[in-house]
Amino acid sequence: MRLWRRRAGGHDITCRQAVSLVTAYLDGALARSDRDRFEAHLAECHGCSEHLRQIEVAMLVTGEIRAEDLDPLAREDLMHLYRRWREDASTD
Amino acid sequence: MAVLRRKPLVSGLAPPSPTLDERDLLTRLRAGDEAAFADLVERYHPAMIRLALLHVRSRAVAEEVAQDAWLGLLRGLDGFQERSSLRTWLFRIVVNRAISTGIRERVHVPVGDDELETSDGRFSQDGWWVTPPAHWADEVLDRISAPALIARAREVIAELSPLQRSVVTLRDVDGLSSAEVCTVLDITEVNQRVQLHRARNRIRSALEQEVLS
Repeated sequence: MRLWRRRAGGHDITCRQAVSLVTAYLDGALARSDRDRFEAHLAECHGCSEHLRQIEVAMLVTGEIRAEDLDPLAREDLMHLYRRWREDASTD
Repeated sequence: MAVLRRKPLVSGLAPPSPTLDERDLLTRLRAGDEAAFADLVERYHPAMIRLALLHVRSRAVAEEVAQDAWLGLLRGLDGFQERSSLRTWLFRIVVNRAISTGIRERVHVPVGDDELETSDGRFSQDGWWVTPPAHWADEVLDRISAPALIARAREVIAELSPLQRSVVTLRDVDGLSSAEVCTVLDITEVNQRVQLHRARNRIRSALEQEVLS
């Protein structure tokens, strides 16, 4: 998939385009040529590299959110459910 | 052409695919090992409730949906053909149950574009930074576990649309892959990426305010 038209000389892609591709880039979902252009842009553009690092930091901070603990009552209910299911299954 | 081969900060840190030890769990489950069930419940029940809340209004109903999905898993164990991971299958059951509970219409979000980058005022009309980003990523990298930052991320996620919230939570908190999220939420890869992109940008921008304030 080509995401932009090739520009004559200079930057192949604009900063806005580079920033719009960050998520696809991090997912490894860019076509090789697009990935090369993206990386070439980043190599020359401090603003866009900083932006990418900020997105990565945002992902890391998000990853630190601890999934809430399981409510002990819910655990008990579910283990109940499991035992009932086993009884039913064994009497079938 | 100068090509930057940078090493991403994040990709190496993604949680490993659950498939391997899930196979073991599956075998134990099928053999009727109660501890294997308890283990799964511990791992996935809270995420299942969050997922159900995408389609139903109240937490109580979401809990019923999740419970119902566990029963669905137990009943379907023998027929489960392992075409997806156990987790993907389980989450998919949750979504199906939540939809058929029918409390709320399915969230529908149109496939996106680069609206975010066009409208947020950070770029000039021809596509360059109006003001280049302030530098703070490196500094924050040293304190990604700071409570104030995590609290801020949590707040922003709570304010996102239900679909964005689900996508970013499944991807960046629960560690699912993009393919798994598409299967679980039954959305296209493009849509998944648009939602994730917007959600991460919102989080980035909130962290920036927190850091620079």
